[in-house]
Amino acid sequence: MDLRKLFLKANNEPETNGLLPRSRHIVCKGCGRRTPVSRVRREFFVCPACGRYYTMRARRRILMLTDKRSFTELDRDLASRNVLGFPEYDDKLQAAREKSRESEAVICGTASIEGHKTCIFAMDSYFMMGSMGAVVGEKITRLFEYAAEHHLPVVGVTVSGGARMQEGMISLMQMSKVSAAVKRHGNGGNLYIVLLTDPTTGGVDASFAMQGDITLAEPGARVGFAGPRVIEKSLNQALPKDFQRAERVLTCGFIDAIVPRNEQRLVLGNLLALHEPRGAEGR
Amino acid sequence: MEDYDIVRSARGDGRLTATDYIRAAVPDFFELHGDRLYGDDQAVVAGIGTLHGMPVTVIGIEKGKTTEERIRHNFGSAHPEGYRKALRLMKQAEKFRRPVLCFVDTAGAFCGIDAEEHGQGRAIADSLAEMSDLKTPILSLVIGEGGSGGALALSHSDRIWMMEDAYFSVVSPESCANILWKDTARAAEAAEMLCLTAPKLQKLGLIDRVCPKGDLARLSEEIAEELAILSGMSNEALIEARYRRFRRIGY
Repeated sequence: MDLRKLFLKANNEPETNGLLPRSRHIVCKGCGRRTPVSRVRREFFVCPACGRYYTMRARRRILMLTDKRSFTELDRDLASRNVLGFPEYDDKLQAAREKSRESEAVICGTASIEGHKTCIFAMDSYFMMGSMGAVVGEKITRLFEYAAEHHLPVVGVTVSGGARMQEGMISLMQMSKVSAAVKRHGNGGNLYIVLLTDPTTGGVDASFAMQGDITLAEPGARVGFAGPRVIEKSLNQALPKDFQRAERVLTCGFIDAIVPRNEQRLVLGNLLALHEPRGAEGR
Repeated sequence: MEDYDIVRSARGDGRLTATDYIRAAVPDFFELHGDRLYGDDQAVVAGIGTLHGMPVTVIGIEKGKTTEERIRHNFGSAHPEGYRKALRLMKQAEKFRRPVLCFVDTAGAFCGIDAEEHGQGRAIADSLAEMSDLKTPILSLVIGEGGSGGALALSHSDRIWMMEDAYFSVVSPESCANILWKDTARAAEAAEMLCLTAPKLQKLGLIDRVCPKGDLARLSEEIAEELAILSGMSNEALIEARYRRFRRIGY
């Protein structure tokens, strides 16, 4: 076995789309330009030539947003089971674990951002397109419960195709379960900030992605309930060019601000600071 | 009957729609219109009345029977305005601690440009969050189609009941078959796998009761009894039990 190949793969592949195999470069799907991986990292996974946003893995995202060595993961070992005996689901789970080297489509934990302690979750599109099954629902629910108990804010980074079909109604009802936990957390006077990334759709859009006190989005992120192809097909008409893009969703009134990657940590830090308990009356 | 036959019958002609159930349960039903924000979505029919002597708020997703009615009710696919009307009336019910009764029958929330840009996702998300700690009892009955998020939005309830010939699913069997095998003709297989029938969902602990069809008077009585029991609970106990009801799902 070529160890070097393994190493390179481990280093490169999960970071972005559009990689040349065995390459230390990333080829942009937008403009075709090759950029060294090290440079791409420095540029927050944005193409230095055309500004295209590359897909960011959940772990990388947490590293980018949180203070060095501040992240402590919670519930890492919760693993999905094929409760309904859905055909091929076991294989799909196995493939997703291998492809993503994660146990599920969301990573949860505690961290600090610019010195402010917070709970954080980040979804991972490499794991079955960030779809929400029982474990994703459970991990996020537990995080909100933990945050409520410890009076901590929650920062959530969403990317998802929606509920995970292979778990049937169990996955759909995770929307209800998480929503209830979000509401309880909020009732305790705690802050929840959502960062919508490309794409955030379906059952995740129709639940915790749209329940933040403050809703941020990455430039160009697709945010919507129904898939654009479904709408196009059912209406038999072309969709507006920027349909369901964060910029348009903002003008429709559903996003507070669009924040470029290189500013996200600072913006989150400032927002957390604004909600920090103040003195005896702070809480 | 195969699971897919149940799906097809739930979509079929000649079925009772929400209005039939409302009329049977709440003879003095008085319809209330509008979401107070943008419009009045006729896919959702809602109002107040008395159920066996008990004032209730009733919300139904109505499909309509004739072509004209179906167009008026948008074939039972609600826009965000419909969910916001439902939520407005649920908050009103909370104010007067009036139990809420929902009749669910939809292929899904409407998919369209306006629906998206008026915040379909947000409307459903709001419904889920607000229902989760609404300080009044809620009972939802799926009478035909329980189409994904659009049906779930009116089902964050203390009790979820289903008619024996209704279905509730995360995705339509056709879409599921298309995603899995690029072949909508295999929808029957997909329907089987999705565990979408009332008995299967009850076995999974996701719904609370399977209701036999045929006797609307008896059904209304049972709903009234259940809501009376729930009304006897303190708000705190009610909301905690509702939280636990959904909390245990899946893990």
